[in-house]
Order: sequence, then structure tokens, then C-alpha cells
Amino acid sequence: MSRALWILAVLMSHWRRHPMQFATLVTGLIAATALWSGVQALNQQARASYDRAAAIFGGTRTATLIDPAHAVFPQQLFVDLRRAGWPVSPVLEDRVQIGGRSFRLLGIDPVTLPPEAAAISTVGPRQLAAFIAPPGRTLVAPETLQDLGLRDGATPQLNDTVTLPPLQLEPRLAPGVLVMDIGMAQRALNKPNEISRLLVGQQTQGMRPPLESITGSTLQLVQPDAESDLARLTDSFHLNLTAFGLLSFLVGLFIVNSAVGLAFEQRLPTIRTLRACGASLRMLTAVLIAELVAISLAAGLLGLIGGYLIAAALLPDVAASLRGLYGARIPGQLALDPQWWLSGLAMSTLGALAAAASSFVKMARLPVLAAAMPAAWHETQQRWLRLQGGLAMSMIFTAAGMAWFGDSLMSGFALLATLLLGAALALPVVLDATLDMGARWSRGPLINWSWADSRQQLPGLSLALMALLLALAVNVGVGTMVSSFSTTFLRWLDGRLAADVYISATTDAQASAIKAWLAQRHDIDAVLPSGRAEVQIDGAPVEILGLADHATYRDRWPLLQATANVWDKLRDGDAALVSEQLARRLKLDVGGRLPILTPAGPWSLGIVGVYADYGNPKGQFAVNVDAMFEHFPEALRTRFGLRVAPAHIDTVVNALRRQFDLDSRQLADQATVKTESKRIFNRTFAVTTALNAFTLGVAGIALLTSLLTLGNARLPQLAPLWAIGLTRRRLAAIELAKTMAVALVTALLALPLGLVVAWCLIAVVNVKAFGWRLPFQMFPLQMLTLLGVAMVAALCATLLPVLKLARMQPAKLIRIFADER
Amino acid sequence: MSADRRLTRRAFTSGLTSFGLGASSAFAQGFAGLGGEATGFAPVVPGRQLVFPADFGAHPAFRIEWWYVTANLRDANGTDYGAQWTLFRQATAPPPQQEGWANQQIWMGHAAVTSAATHRFAETFARGGIGQAGVHIQPFHAWIDSWDMAAIAPMNDATLAPLQLSARGTDFSYALRLDATQPLVLQGDGGYSKKSERGQASYYFSQPYFSASGTLALDGKPIAVTGHAWMDREWSSQPLASDQTGWDWFSLHLASGDKVMLFRLRHADGQHYFAGNWIGRDGKSVQLAPSAIVMTPTASTTIGNRKLPTQWRIAMAERGLTIDCTPLNAQSWMGTSFPYWEGPITFHGSHSGVGYLEMTGY
Repeated sequence: MSRALWILAVLMSHWRRHPMQFATLVTGLIAATALWSGVQALNQQARASYDRAAAIFGGTRTATLIDPAHAVFPQQLFVDLRRAGWPVSPVLEDRVQIGGRSFRLLGIDPVTLPPEAAAISTVGPRQLAAFIAPPGRTLVAPETLQDLGLRDGATPQLNDTVTLPPLQLEPRLAPGVLVMDIGMAQRALNKPNEISRLLVGQQTQGMRPPLESITGSTLQLVQPDAESDLARLTDSFHLNLTAFGLLSFLVGLFIVNSAVGLAFEQRLPTIRTLRACGASLRMLTAVLIAELVAISLAAGLLGLIGGYLIAAALLPDVAASLRGLYGARIPGQLALDPQWWLSGLAMSTLGALAAAASSFVKMARLPVLAAAMPAAWHETQQRWLRLQGGLAMSMIFTAAGMAWFGDSLMSGFALLATLLLGAALALPVVLDATLDMGARWSRGPLINWSWADSRQQLPGLSLALMALLLALAVNVGVGTMVSSFSTTFLRWLDGRLAADVYISATTDAQASAIKAWLAQRHDIDAVLPSGRAEVQIDGAPVEILGLADHATYRDRWPLLQATANVWDKLRDGDAALVSEQLARRLKLDVGGRLPILTPAGPWSLGIVGVYADYGNPKGQFAVNVDAMFEHFPEALRTRFGLRVAPAHIDTVVNALRRQFDLDSRQLADQATVKTESKRIFNRTFAVTTALNAFTLGVAGIALLTSLLTLGNARLPQLAPLWAIGLTRRRLAAIELAKTMAVALVTALLALPLGLVVAWCLIAVVNVKAFGWRLPFQMFPLQMLTLLGVAMVAALCATLLPVLKLARMQPAKLIRIFADER
Repeated sequence: MSADRRLTRRAFTSGLTSFGLGASSAFAQGFAGLGGEATGFAPVVPGRQLVFPADFGAHPAFRIEWWYVTANLRDANGTDYGAQWTLFRQATAPPPQQEGWANQQIWMGHAAVTSAATHRFAETFARGGIGQAGVHIQPFHAWIDSWDMAAIAPMNDATLAPLQLSARGTDFSYALRLDATQPLVLQGDGGYSKKSERGQASYYFSQPYFSASGTLALDGKPIAVTGHAWMDREWSSQPLASDQTGWDWFSLHLASGDKVMLFRLRHADGQHYFAGNWIGRDGKSVQLAPSAIVMTPTASTTIGNRKLPTQWRIAMAERGLTIDCTPLNAQSWMGTSFPYWEGPITFHGSHSGVGYLEMTGY
């Protein structure tokens, strides 16, 4: 044991003499762990909140029975099915308005609720009696309580008529949901003996008779999805984050790899001496591994703290993105389980070991009595290069195959992964060929030498250059995508926000009063009534938008596709414009029909156009507002827009605010809405941008450490040149030029690769993830900027070793010849 | 000993802190708080005359109640089986009865089939007021989900027969016809059954003379069976005495045609409370003196981390009875929300025959 400690002490002394190297190693580990664990923390937080949302009502994780023709069906069917041995549990659900806000009211029967339908137990111990017996309980999330502005125990009223059971805080519940006993829900919604759906439990009482034999053709079985709605919807977002995290982790490992490699290189004489002194290979390996594990655990811990800080800093943006894109609400407070810490440490340690694997293999093969001539850092191997080239080709072919045949989000991401990996693997091959070509075309011994030397240097630099390539390409790709989105979105917003002032009254009565008041004024050009309703199509909620027949829409509403005279057709009533998301999901086309069920009976709508509806998690279609109120007589008539001359907007808004005591949620002018939308949009991509910057930074560090590593190892190559008369300054300049040239070639390769990545994101990933496709646009200025940033990063990374070389003591160069090497 | 662990079929014995709903139901964990004082519920008092068929039905003024059938069955090859059908009712609030979902009755069903090789059971829950579970008096019909105990017309109110009994679980089912020629039997003192020296009691009557015939199915394979069955009807409002930890209950079909019901309510201090009735061939039910009953565990079985006395010696010197009881399947564990042991037994000694044993609170 004491021998092991002595060996450890000897090996550790290396770090004392090379604190910079130690710092690099630790930085690499910290960066890798921090980015990875930060992203994981964000994902974990969000997933936990989806579970919370899905937990209570079974979501789509439980098989359900619905009546495809009606929103509700008689409760007796529940009893009939139970009596026939079906393990069903009733749910009644509807949207309700409390104080002008919309909530989801959910009535459940806790006694028959299948255990798998309630990831959280809705009704805790000793609460059942209170929950089901009058006055009952209304379970709400803390956020809902806040939205309502009420306290635990309060009894809010629905439509000023029905009093709900006392509110009870249930922290595990999703926000925006009111949960109560089904009996109480039937009373509150005035739907006695009616239910919306039946959850089908997994526990069966033996063979259950066919559904048709019990309920006829009334009910239809909807099979469960493996994931909750939100989890599925947001998969792409999290996959995106994970991909970034993994990329950063890998780039971080590049740093670790070069730091460990350098340390190993420099400790070779020590190791040889230790072996000669009698330390066994096994003992040495064990001590080296122990050393690395200890360092990686310590660095991993620091990385985790960094990850926590990153996650905490990004969480508000992630929360905003998820709310903006998917309507998913996640709490702003990070809560991490021990698993997160453990997996972070494991990643750090395993990553470090993986990064050091090649060094260990090398040591195992080191002959004890061989001359202490350190191998040239990663000796060039044409064979290896050919192999790598073949691998890269097959990766790129796979990517092409995915682009051609793939039809899912996963295949989209796989396409990106294979493409990037293939390109990274191909990089050394391409660089080697370029340098070879340069050597053939050049004259003069010094130029020829520097081409050849660059080629010789390439294997050592290639990992860092790959990191640079990946970071740059992803930056270009994501930057192009975000910018494409940004321009499209802003243009779309201009068209979509057609009215100048938006009003959402609290009640129909107030809406009438406001309209009457507006009619008296002369500065109002037009009042545009609008309506909102919701229907279920294929089990998913779809919004209906009622549009007034007005020139405002004809002129400005952004349509992607339309028939001739689209607005006339819409005015006639039985026609609809569908959102792009809905059209993609239901495979609808202009000229097709969309049958829906309304409170006034079935309604078959002809599809006359498709419009972009960026950022809306729900499907949507627009119909004429009058036709909508015919079919949805109960729909609220509280929303409308105003056309007002720009000069009068402030006057009108202020007058309205004073007259009707409207707050900012109920009254907004176009500029405010637009600003708010842009703010949400910017936050949505803030995370991506931040991670992008981190990745580029880490790639810069990788380049720096690789060059530092090479700097020392390459002295034997440079010393002879110095000896034959090249000044140190000249040598340093050549070094700088060489590295910058290689970095430039890499960055130039990254640009087209980045555009391909952007195309994949826009044409494949976005369409699958969000349901909309953006027009692809190029942003040359942005690309140039990025190129500049990359070159500056490369310059910074090169400068330190080059300056070191320029100022190197001649004695050190002479020693190269003196040393026994 | 937590209150939850004591629950049993003879539910009030447990204080019926609940029927307990275990991990098998989302609602399960919520059921516990129903115990407590019986304020507002009807008391169990001596001297009440049980009336049929009215007392076949539910007594919502009382807190807890059950319809309980156990059957000792045998197939054509001589293989023994047992079957259990139980419907529990518990009120979450005293009368008056509420309509629809507001109804305060919670129903629980347990069913099981036991053979020497296997023990299968199932459990289900329902709310009152909507038709998912309940009991009709005329024609008699007790049900929960697809499990039924129903009169086969014309039913005799004096014998509560013939009945059709059926239940099914994931891996078993049965359908039995129950016939009886002898009238119902009042347990305890004319139907007033004391559970402790401090006045805890229930109303309790039985039909121990059922002959059963029908079909069991294990894993979908039908087996024709015949045998004896025993029905218990019991209702009460009062919880168990606080120092009573559990219960060992026997129903015995003696080969002679006599029937015996006896139980031991275990006290923490070892001063157990014994009670029972000897029911003659002629239908005459005689209460047994507590001192005349000797129940001695002779062997035990470990199930999970519980140790249960599954073999017993029962002695009643006055009746010249000394028997050794052996379970058909020592692993007759009802792993329901409220777990307990319930299974068929055979006995030999001065008398021989078959019966059922129930043990709770272990």
C-alpha cells in the first residue's frame, strides 16, 4: 500500500510542476460535466412537471372510452360497463371561467380511479371522506390558487351562480386544473348523470365481454399513448437540449483527452524510471486510474455545481420557451434528485477514463527498457486515415438515407447526428488532402517543410479541429434556423395582429356595454367581433377562431394556401381556414372537408385555406364569427378587436381603461401585443443561443489545450530549424500561419455544413416537432461574423503557445540536442 | 399494532378503521380515516328482533356491514377447493342517505378460489347511489361490478335459498348455485353477537346449511364442483375495543351435520375474548360459554414477513370435541388492501369435517 502511495506522490509531483496543465484537465472535466448536467437538470425539471400535469387525469397514458359523437354520455354506461366486468372509472371535464380566466374542471371518482391513471394519489389518506362528502374539496395547484387570487379553503363561484367546493392546495397537481369529485363536478357544470369519458384500468376481472355487447356503438376505445401529451409534444425540445449537452460533453472530453495525453507524454520518463525501479505495470496502471478518478470526481463535483448554476440561469428561459411553444407550465424553482448528482459524477468519471483510455493502452505497451524516446505525438498513420475516411463516408451515406426515407422526429435527429459525426470524421481526411495539394504546388524548402510539418501535426490537432468544426457548424445551423424563424415570425406577426386594439371583456354583459360605448365614439374605424370555442378532434382539443368579415383580414391575414375568393367563401359560413399544424396533423388540404361536432349538431366545413400559426401548441381553425355563434351559441362573445387610426390609439385605450376598469390582460394595443410576442419569441431561443455560445467557448479551449500539448512535443522538430538559422520569431510566425490556415480551412468547411444542418432543422426537425415549416433563408453577414469569431478564437488559442515559442530561451532549444531522447 | 393492520372481514372487530384500500387502488390510501367514533350511527343493542327478508338488505343507519359466503367444494376426482364471496359496506357519514354520487356508502368486494396448489383472489370498490354496487331486498340481489349473489325465483325467505353466486378475477371465476332446506340461524344471543366485555357487538345471522354446486374456473379451465357453503350476515356501528389486535374465526361443517361458529378476539395482554355458537342438525343455535372454548395454534406458516398460526387444535370439553384443523392451502393469503388470511380447512379428531378459517391482524 505504501508503495502505491509513493508512486502516487511521484506521479502527482508532475502536476505541481505543471499547474497550467492541471488547470486545463480540471477545466475540461468541469466544462464537460457542467454543460451536460445543466442540460439534464433542465430536462429533469421539465419532465417532472409534465408528469405532474399528466398525473391527475390519466392524460393519454390510460386507455379511455369516449363517445365520438357527443361531448358527454350517460353515466349509466359506466355502471353497465362495471357490471359487465370492465374496470372503468368516470371522468367529467369541461372548461370553466372564474373571474374572466379559463380553467379546466375535472370531476373524478377516486374510488374506481385506476392506480395507473393517477401517478399521484389524488386523495391522500384521511381525505377521501372529505373529498366525496358534501361540501367536498376542489384540489388546485399553488399556481392556480395564485391565478385565482384566493386562499386555501375559499369557495369560488362559477358564472356567479354555482359555488364550488372549498379549494384545497395540492402541490403535485398541474396548474390550471380544478379537481373535484365527479358528483360535485356534475352539479357545478349542470350535467347531472353525465360523464365525458371513462378511464379503462389495467386490472381486469377476467375476460371482459366485447364493448359493443354492452354499449352498442355508442362508445369508442382510445388506446393509450406511451407518453403524456406534453412529454410527447416537448420531446423535440428536450432532445434538442440533450443533443447540445452531449455535444458540449464530447467537446469537453476532447480537452480532457489532450490534457491527459500531454501529461502522459511528459511523465513517460518518470513512468519508465518507476518501472525500472520495480513498480509493476499493474500497480502503475491502478495508481494512474486512481489518480484520474480522484481528479475527475473532484472536478465532476465542481462541474455539477456549475451545471446547477447554468440550469438555474437558463430555467426561466426554458420555462418561457415551453410555455410559449407548448403551453406547458413548469415551476421556476429547480428541484434535483440525488440521481442527478450521481449520474453527473458517473459521467465525469467515465468520460475522463474514456478520454484517457488511449494513454493507458500506450503505457501498457511501453517496453520497460526501451529508450526513453517519446513517440511523436500520435504518429501519422495513413491506414488509420483511410479507415476514418471510409467510416465518414458511410456516416454521410446513412445521413442521406435518413433524409430520404426518414419520417419521424427521431430520424430527423439521427440524420443530424450522423451528418455531424460523418463530417467530423471526414475533416482530417479533407485537411490532409488539402495540405498534400498545397505541398505539391509550393516551391522552396521552408514552405515545403511547413506543409509537411502541418500534415505531421494534423493527427494531434484533429480532435480539437473536429470540435471546432462541430461547434461552428451547429452554430451556423442553429443561427440560420433562429434567424429564419425570426424574420418569418415577425412578418407573420404583422399580418396576424390585424386589429389595432384588443379587448377581452370579463362577461358578455360588459362586452355589450363596451360595444355600446364604442358605438358612440367617432374615432373608432371598426369593431371586429371575434369568438373562441374549442372542440375535440381525434381526442385532442382544437381551437376555433371566429373572424369577422372585414377588409382588415382580407388585406392582412397571412395565408399559406388558399382557394380563389377565399374570404367570400369564409363569409358564406360553412368554410374554414385551418392552421398549418392542424392541416399537417389531420392531413387536411385545401378543397377537403373538416367535419366537427358542435353543441348545435354536426357541422361540415369546407377547407378554403391554410394559414401559419407559429407558436401555437394547439391545432386551430378559423370560421366566420357569425356562423360560429350559430353553432356555438354558448361561446363567449367577450373578445373583439378595434380598428383605430394610429393617432387615436392612445386616447381610445386610455378612455376604455378608465371607463371599464380594464387591466392589461383585458385591454391591449397592437404594439404591446407585438412587443410581448417578440419577447416570448426571443426567450424561446435564448437557451439555444446560450448553449451555442458555451459550445463554441469549449471548442476554443479544446483548440488551446491541443496546441499547448503539441507545443512541447514538437520542440524536437523545431529545434533543428532554429539551429540552421531560423529565428524564433520567424519560427513562431510560421507556426501561427500554419495553425490559422488549418483553422480557417476547418471554419470554411463548417459553413456549408452549418447550412445543411440548418436545412435539416427547418425542413425535417421543426416540421416534425412543431408542425410548421419555415422558409429557408441565408444570412451571409451572420455567417461572416461567426467565421470571424471562430478565427479570433483560434488566434487566441494559438497565440499563447506561439508567444511561448517566440520567447523561448535558446538554452531550452539547445537542450533538445543535449537531452538523451 | 396499527389500526389499519387489524381490519378483517368481521370488520368491526378491527374498529373498521377501514376496509382498507391498499396499493391496488388509487383510492386505497384514502380510505383509512373513516373510523373514529360512531356518532350519528345506530347503536347495536340486545333484544332486537331480526326480521326477514328486510334484514337481507343493507342497514345504512349502521356504519359497517357484510354479506359473506364461504364454500368448501370438491370436484369429481375428489380434489378439494374453497371459494369466498364477500360484499362489504361502509358508511362515510351517518344518515340521512344522500342521493346519487353524494351517497355516503362505499362498497368493497373480495372474491377468492383456493386449492391445495393455488390461492387466487380479487378485490373491487364502488360508491353507493349510482348502481355500481348495492343490495336489493326483493328479489334478493347483492352485487358489486360483475359479481352477483342473487335469488333464484322463487326464493324462500326463511332459508335465503336458492341463490346464484358468481365472481371473477383476472385468473379465476366461479358460478355456484346455493340451496338450503333449513332456516337461517341467529348467532350470538338471538342475533346479538358480543365482541368484547365492554359492549362492542354486532347483529349477526348465518345460513350454514347451504349445499353448493356449480363450476370453478382456474386460468380459464372449468371444474365442476359440489360441497357445503356458509353465509354470514353481520352489521354494526361500533369499532373494536382499542386493545383488540386481531381475530381468529372458524366456521365448521361437522360430518355429523352439526355446524360450529367460533372466534377468538386477541387482546394485547393475552386475555383473549372467546365466543361461538353450536348449531345442531335440527337448526338449534346454542351460544357457547367463553370458558368452554379452547383454541390452540399448533403450527405456523410464514407468509412474507408475517407468521400465521395455520394449524389449530380446538377443544370443547362440554361437547366432547377435540379436533386438529389443517388448511387446504397454508398460503391462503388475501393480499388485498387490507390483507388477511382466509381459506378452507379440514379437521380430524373426535369429529371430522371441513370448514373455513379467517385470521386477521397478523
